Amino acid sequence: MKITLFIPCFIDACFPKAGVSAVEILERLGHTIDYPKELTCCGQPAFNSGYWEESRTTAIKVLERLKATEVVVIVSGSCGAMIKNFYPELFAGTEHEEAARTLSAKVYEFSDFLVTKLGVTDLGAQFPHKVTFHDGCHGLRELGIKQQPRKLLSHVRGLELVEMGEVESCCGFGGTFSAKFPMISTAMGENKCGSALETGAEYIVSNDSSCLMHIQGLLDREGKPLRTIHLAEVLNHR
Amino acid sequence: MVANPKMNERENILGRIREALSVPAPVPGAHSGEPPHAVSECEAATHIPEWLPRVGSTFEERLALFRTNAAELKADFVLLDSPEELIAKLREIAAAESWKKVATHSNALTDGACDALDLPVLRTDNGYDPRDMETCDAGISACDALIAQTGSVLVTSQSAGGRALSVLPPHHVVLARREQLLADLPAAFALLKTKYAPGYPSLISFITGPSRTGDIERILVLGAHGPKKLTILCV
Amino acid sequence: MTPAASQFKKNAIALTADLRHRALIRTALKKYEVVRDDKVSRFQNWQSARQSAAEIKWDAVNHLDAHLIEFARNLEARGTQVHWASNAAQAREIIIGIIQERKAHSIIKSKVMTGEEIHLNEALEKAGFDVVESDLGEYIVQLRHEPPYHFVFPAMHLTRGEISDLFSKELGTASTDSPEELTMIARRVLRDKYIAADIGISGANFGIAETGMISITENEGNARLTCALPKVHIALMGIEKVLPKLEDLALFLPMLATAGAGQVMTGYNTLYGGPRQPGEADGPEAFHVVLLDNNRTQLLADPEQRDALHCIRCGACLNVCPIYKNIGGHAYGATYQGPIGAVITPHLRGLQQWKHLSFASSLCGACTQTCPVKINLHHHLLQSRRNAIAQKPVWWEKPLFQGLAFLFNHAGLFSLGMKLGRIGQVFYPLVKGTRLDPASAWTKSRELPKIAPQTFREWWQTRK
Ligand code: SF4
Repeated sequence: MKITLFIPCFIDACFPKAGVSAVEILERLGHTIDYPKELTCCGQPAFNSGYWEESRTTAIKVLERLKATEVVVIVSGSCGAMIKNFYPELFAGTEHEEAARTLSAKVYEFSDFLVTKLGVTDLGAQFPHKVTFHDGCHGLRELGIKQQPRKLLSHVRGLELVEMGEVESCCGFGGTFSAKFPMISTAMGENKCGSALETGAEYIVSNDSSCLMHIQGLLDREGKPLRTIHLAEVLNHR
Repeated sequence: MVANPKMNERENILGRIREALSVPAPVPGAHSGEPPHAVSECEAATHIPEWLPRVGSTFEERLALFRTNAAELKADFVLLDSPEELIAKLREIAAAESWKKVATHSNALTDGACDALDLPVLRTDNGYDPRDMETCDAGISACDALIAQTGSVLVTSQSAGGRALSVLPPHHVVLARREQLLADLPAAFALLKTKYAPGYPSLISFITGPSRTGDIERILVLGAHGPKKLTILCV
Repeated sequence: MTPAASQFKKNAIALTADLRHRALIRTALKKYEVVRDDKVSRFQNWQSARQSAAEIKWDAVNHLDAHLIEFARNLEARGTQVHWASNAAQAREIIIGIIQERKAHSIIKSKVMTGEEIHLNEALEKAGFDVVESDLGEYIVQLRHEPPYHFVFPAMHLTRGEISDLFSKELGTASTDSPEELTMIARRVLRDKYIAADIGISGANFGIAETGMISITENEGNARLTCALPKVHIALMGIEKVLPKLEDLALFLPMLATAGAGQVMTGYNTLYGGPRQPGEADGPEAFHVVLLDNNRTQLLADPEQRDALHCIRCGACLNVCPIYKNIGGHAYGATYQGPIGAVITPHLRGLQQWKHLSFASSLCGACTQTCPVKINLHHHLLQSRRNAIAQKPVWWEKPLFQGLAFLFNHAGLFSLGMKLGRIGQVFYPLVKGTRLDPASAWTKSRELPKIAPQTFREWWQTRK
């Protein structure tokens, strides 16, 4: 299968390993990767901030470039939800509405793609650590992804998954919310880190790097030894 | 003549509503991330009994469910075999709680039972003084139905001696007959319709357990304003 | 920033720093989640129940005119007086008029959120009446001269110690740490009030068009007494509360109980269809229903967010909201707190003054997921952001997002930006934490991520 990989801006810049791991995993499964390097961002920051017009400027480019693709995989639940669920809203009533719906139907978040579309759960990975999994809210609630990453993790050799308390509660990132209301965002993040630390895990794994960026930022400031890592990196670890 | 200002506000509000509704709203519940719903709009309501908590089809199952619900609600439920047993049970409670006076209303079940108590009785039927009712140790009333699904007692101002009898005294004792045990809430609303429509009593109340509050630290306390105890005696 | 917005920020800063307060709310709401999950699981199909509830509400709200006419006609047919109030002032005037006409003085109230909305207590007190709240939580916050902290659990922010101190100070009772004793103190005080009150004021959770009744849901029995003993009963109800049919309650009553407090059914669910009828033992001589618009029609006129009028005020969205859990109810400064408050307050009280509430959300969607009538709450927050910005963009944000859009559409520039960023971050520690720090909102409590030595696109390039 020819898989088009959409790499969100912050993964490209700050967390490239998540993208690299996704490429290596999918290629190992025998697929061809198409990386549309003229695309950088899905337009979510402007969208979430109320600037839908500016968001559309970015999103139209995504719509056009991804039009002729077979299937699109995104290594982030949040950007996945943006394209899958929010594009149809963003373009509702415009000439691009149809294109947004068509694209929506062929977009997958990475773990969902592996489990639901490809039917793969064992990637032969090895990661001898105790981990806990954080569900990014957009992946969880917009895309309904809950079991997929856990299925994948259950086949990683040596990995022990310990669920944290209040596992479905938000880490507090929320895009520009984290800068507009840093005190609330931080309080939420502190609760999240607290729940994760209570598990005694060495790593917090997630399918959303944006949450991990927030969590890692808090952990580093507090000097906590707990590390964050993207699901794709764990699955690519041998 | 100047138009009635009250009428004007009515028309103003209705006018704004009609104007607002001239633009249709999308049908509800089509959320992202949720499985689509199989039932079409007009059908949904007729399926309500299928969504609500399950109730068994036999009398025994309903009885068992009502009993479990009542226990969870901290209500006392006693099933008795005869009117004599009911009277004996009521006398037993009266003695245990040293009742000095009770409030009730006239009804086939309550009349005999209250007479047998040998206590002063306040009857609400022809009006009463609430301060007098305040001095009663128990309110004894009949009911319209018991609802297995929720452990509720259905009363109305007609069936249960008015509005205050079932909430003012510290102990509410409900006398019911086995046939009054209904399966679920839809059955209770159907009963209300066949029994009363269109001349409904001015009060219809589903009483589910004794009065309760969780307003202080979310800790359950019984008897916030209404009865601290609810006893259901069923023959 | 509007006064409401800067007050909100100030409150949020103070409250998130109050760890004791945060722990209190979290503990209280954790208990809620456990019992709610248990009751949800007893439904044969909770998701279908939600969908049915949403559809019934959709029908009710989208044919509101017809349902309201039927509702009022049926009430009037049985001796109830129905009043229509376009705004808060009219509603207050109607209610005060009824009380004055009766030459009444003392009023007992069961919980009325619409009353909070129109500042009824202040108006009644100013008019010289004696008003007492009878719901325990409402009574407590009334003694503290505070608004309710949560529209279902009004005194959730207080510990038993604080309540005991309050009662000692206001009622002269001995201090106690038993919730039971505290409840009994309030019971004793309020008993006399019911019996002495001339007027009972209540709200309404539902109005039934088909039969002309209001439905009140409560646990304590205080509304039952409020509507039984005084000679006059006045119910204040938002126009959106109408349901078409009596049997609709078979769905809504258990759903409200489950979503609201994790109960199978709330203690008392009571329908009132008129004043005392011939042959009845007791009940008020007069029953008035005051229907309140107060900008609800404005929300109705927005088809995108119209479903916010489906709200049954169960409070579930507050209980699961991570924002609410960290700042509590008073921070909002609005009658309706939490996600539903953030959605409807801009409609009821002005978008530009209250838009900050729609921005104060991480859009996690826990509210939408839990709402028993499936209101698309977090999407509405996004739409309100869009509407607010379309009306009035922030002067520096608009060019910023335009600039970003340009950058994102030119991958070459984006790559260059990353390279420059890599150089920039070498020097960043010089300004970090100082007044010049451009990322101070983030770095005050968190470390910034670093641009990787090799970005994804650079890595991809090397593979070719
Ligand atoms: S919006 Fe939904 S969850 Fe929130 S109070 Fe209203 S009905 Fe309950």
